[in-house]
This record gives sequence, structure tokens and C-alpha cells, in this order.
Amino acid sequence: VSALHDEIRAVASQYPDPRSAILPALRLAQEQHDGWLPPEALREVGEALDLTPAYCKAVASFYDLFRLEPVGEHVVEVCTNVSCALLGAQRTLEAFEAELGIHCGETTADGKVTLRAVECYGGCGWGPVVSVDERYREPVGADDVPAIVEELRRG
Amino acid sequence: VADRLQIVLAGTEERGLTSYGEYAAVGGWKALAKARAMEPDAVIEELLASGLRGRGGAGFPMGRKASFIPKPGVRINPAYLVINADESEPGTFKDREVMQKVPHRLLEGALITAHAIESQHVFIYIRGEYLAEFETLRAALEEVRAHDLLGGVTIVLHRGAGAYICGEETALLESLEGKRGQPRSKPPFPAISGLYASPTEVNNVETIATVAPIIAMGGAEYAKLGVENSSGTRVFSLSGNVVRGGNYELPMGTSLRELIYDLGGGIADGRELKAVIPGGSSVPVLTPDQIDATLDFDSMAEHGTMLGSGAVIAIDDRCCMVQLGLRVAQFYRHESCGKCTPCREGTRWMVQILRSIEEGRAGQGDLDLLLDVCDRILGKCLCPLGDAAAMPVASYVSRFRAEFQRHIDEGACPYGDASSLARVLAPADQHAPRAAEVPA
Repeated sequence: VSALHDEIRAVASQYPDPRSAILPALRLAQEQHDGWLPPEALREVGEALDLTPAYCKAVASFYDLFRLEPVGEHVVEVCTNVSCALLGAQRTLEAFEAELGIHCGETTADGKVTLRAVECYGGCGWGPVVSVDERYREPVGADDVPAIVEELRRG
Repeated sequence: VADRLQIVLAGTEERGLTSYGEYAAVGGWKALAKARAMEPDAVIEELLASGLRGRGGAGFPMGRKASFIPKPGVRINPAYLVINADESEPGTFKDREVMQKVPHRLLEGALITAHAIESQHVFIYIRGEYLAEFETLRAALEEVRAHDLLGGVTIVLHRGAGAYICGEETALLESLEGKRGQPRSKPPFPAISGLYASPTEVNNVETIATVAPIIAMGGAEYAKLGVENSSGTRVFSLSGNVVRGGNYELPMGTSLRELIYDLGGGIADGRELKAVIPGGSSVPVLTPDQIDATLDFDSMAEHGTMLGSGAVIAIDDRCCMVQLGLRVAQFYRHESCGKCTPCREGTRWMVQILRSIEEGRAGQGDLDLLLDVCDRILGKCLCPLGDAAAMPVASYVSRFRAEFQRHIDEGACPYGDASSLARVLAPADQHAPRAAEVPA
């Protein structure tokens, strides 16, 4: 029995029905599998919660924060919803594409950085909002992008 | 501005009240003791007297909702309190500020509400992206536990995982039960059969964070704030082309002009106001001639729109309304859970038609076709997500029809690349994530 299994069981004990723990369980599994959910991660979650891997995948595929494909070491997310877009989110996104040399949705060849556009992250008054490894940075204009990319390349 | 009345964010003028000590220093945690000395029904009476209406978007009177929860002698299953912290309506970032700045006021309100409905089980469903807010709330909860304030109530912080639809209460409950977040058919309403088929009170963060101040000042006092049918204050999220975006707690009935111009500093970059979205991206748009409309439930309804989540987005004259409609439709298409056909298929058609209009490929009948698609979504789905796509887009067409028509007549966007929303990439259109090591 793995450490992940025990962690998931501990989280599940907070709920009347262990199935309720599937989101936190998938999150734990993703954190321990380099930021995505390979088939073995879904199996581990399923075993800990007495659910099938197919059920776990069906749930995981519903939610944007679970990734069923490998991702880079760092994940950069740029909100392109209305409020951020009005303040130049597209220019910020294109600056990341140029600086990283990839299209939005891709990962750099060295596996360092994945770039994604995302729907509203709830920082509308201070946009454009960029999330780097789950931490918000507000606002991020195109001019701020080179320094962020440099920081990620070093880190 | 400095001395404006604050209830939910009171005491945060200088900085957040994140610790127990900081919150207690402004009189915090006294309302819980007061409420626990009252009968549960008396607490509900105060909430009813306050006129407090839900701050999530629907505006249902909170006291009435609480009164629907069956009493312990009647119910078979335990009752649950579920706090909806899955804030995701585009333009809305107020609950985030409440959790960051007054986490103890939220937790105090949660424990008072749990007492009112005689529940021992509270879940706070917080959107997965709000990591910093989750950490703040977790630290505050630890302090509450250490100060022995829980009184036998368990509070579980449950993180979502990125799905707008989970802000809808029945989808949230499905998600909390460990399923895909697809809305349920109502009735039964959650008060009768909610979480684990048990009586469940579902309230928004800002609503719950208003409960302790109401108990402290008394429901009748609170009801004096704001305007008729819209008591109290509201934390308005202001964004878009304004000088000072941010959250502003103001009495209900404050005008859009005061919010956008007096507090927000007006339209940025010397531009002209073109349109205002007054309650999050799902509500019908207003035009500059309606700038004196007041932000309360009745006034917004009179102006053909809704107060929604209190998210005001100011849009300047550089924005193409077709592009705005396309971007809004793309969002709701992306977030449609797929359960109801009108929403699943209709949002897809909306995106296709809007794109063809924007790219100058649309024919003369396509504006009416777009309105027809909107009409075939409205009111025909289990939850309001389809309406949330159809209502704003239909309003853009009706309020800015000439601009839509020009796209068709000229066979191109009159703004070209000069629109503030030109070429904006929607997440649904980005390349699938690929890592270097995945074989082609």
C-alpha cells in the first residue's frame, strides 16, 4: 500500500461517502505524477476509493484542472476571458508564445514550460491575470513576460 | 470614499483581517455567541427581517431558504450547510476578496447558519484555482478550531477542479458527491433533498459573510440599509476599461455612474463608454444612456437586465460587439456540461454563427437565425447555463443591431484588427497540450 493510498484514505475519512473525496484524491495523484494523471494514477485513486479507473477518468475528464496528458515542469496560464481580454490579454499571450517559441496549448521541447489559455480566473479587476504554477500574478502585460519566462527557465 | 459604509468588508480599510486576533479586535466572533444563545428559529427570524437576498446571482431570500430546511424532529437524514465558493462567473472576483480579507467573518457566518438550521456539517466548496484563498481559509479554520469555536460542527474545505457549472447549486452537490458536475432536475430542491439526498442549505460566500453582521446589528437595522427589496450592501466587482478596477462594497441602490466614474475613476485611456455588463457576463448588456440605473434587483429588472453576481464590466468604444458576443458564447460553450441538448448544441451553433458574422461570411438571415437559436435555448434547460449564454448575446444583437448588420453588409468586421477583442484566443481553440516526449 502506497503513501498516496494512505493520504487518499485520510482525506476520504472527512466525508460520509468516500466517493466525495475523488477531486482531492485526483489532485493528490496528479501532484505525485508530474502534474498529470497517467493510467496508473487513475488506478491508484480507484483502488483507494473503491471506484473503477474508468469512473475516475470520467470524472477527471470533466474538470479543467485535471490533465490526462503530460505537461511541462511549469504551467503558465493566461486568462483570455472578457475582462482580461479588454485589457490586452491576447498581447500577453502572444508575448509568451514568442518568448517560449511555442503555440498556446503546447509544451516547450525541453519539457520546461506548458502554456495555456484559460477561462476567467477571477482576477478581472487587476487583469490581465496570469497564473504560474497555480499562483496568480496580476496584472501581467506583454512587457512583463520576458522576465517571467527567464525566471521559469532558470528555476 | 474612505468613510463609505462597509458591512462584509468592514474593518479591512487598511488591510485584511486574516487572523483571529485581528478579527476579534474589530468585534468579530461576538455574533456567534449571541446567536448560540438564541433559539435557531429566532436566528432565522433575524435573517428574514434583514431582507438578505442571496449574493451568488439568483437573489433568493436567505432567511426563507433557511426556513425550508426540515427541523431535526421531522427529518430522517442529517442536514448540511454547503457554502458555494466556486466563484467563476466572468467578471466576478468578490468572494475571493471576502475569503482573503475576512475569512473569519465567513467562518463565523457559517457557524451561525449551521446553528440556525441545526446542522453539524458544513462544506465549503472553493474553486480549485483559488489556491491562495484556500490557504487563507484553512489557516483561519485552524485558528477557529484552536479557539474551540466549532461547538461540535465540522467544517470541510473542499476544493473544486475547474468547472464553471459547479457554481450551479445542484451541479455543485453532484461534484461534492464525487461525480461529474452535471445539474440535477429540480424539484426536489436541495432544502429537501440535496447533498447525499439530505436537507441541504446552499449559500454563496458573500451571503454567509453577511450573517454575522446581521446578527450583531439585528435584522431590522440591516434592512434599513440599501433600498426596497434590495437591503444591505453588495461587494461589486468592477472590471474592464476603467481606471481603477477592483471590489467596492456599496449600499444596494448605488448607481452605475457612481461605481464606474466616482469610485472607478471613469473610462481609461480617454475613451468613451460603449456598453456596461452589470451582473457578470451572463446578463443582458446596458448602454451609456442607462448609466444612472441603480444597482439593485428591481432597478436592474426594470432596465431589462439582472444584478447577477454584482460584477460590473465597463466596455469602451474600441470593442466590437460581435467579438464580445463570440467570446462570451465561446465561454459558455466550453462550460456547457452537455446534459441538456438545447444548451450543448445551441451554444455550439451560437459560436459558429457569431464567428461567421465576425469573419464576414454570414448571410442576411443569420442575425435572425442567431436570435432563433438563443430563443430555443432560453428556459429549456435544467439549469441556467444555457440562458446565461443566450441572454447576453441576444441583448448584444438587439442593442447593437446596426453594428452586427454592418458586418454582414460589408462582409468584414468594421473594426478590423483595431478592436480590443481582436483575435482573442478562447481556451477551447488552443492546441491540445503536448509534451515533447509524446510520440507523434
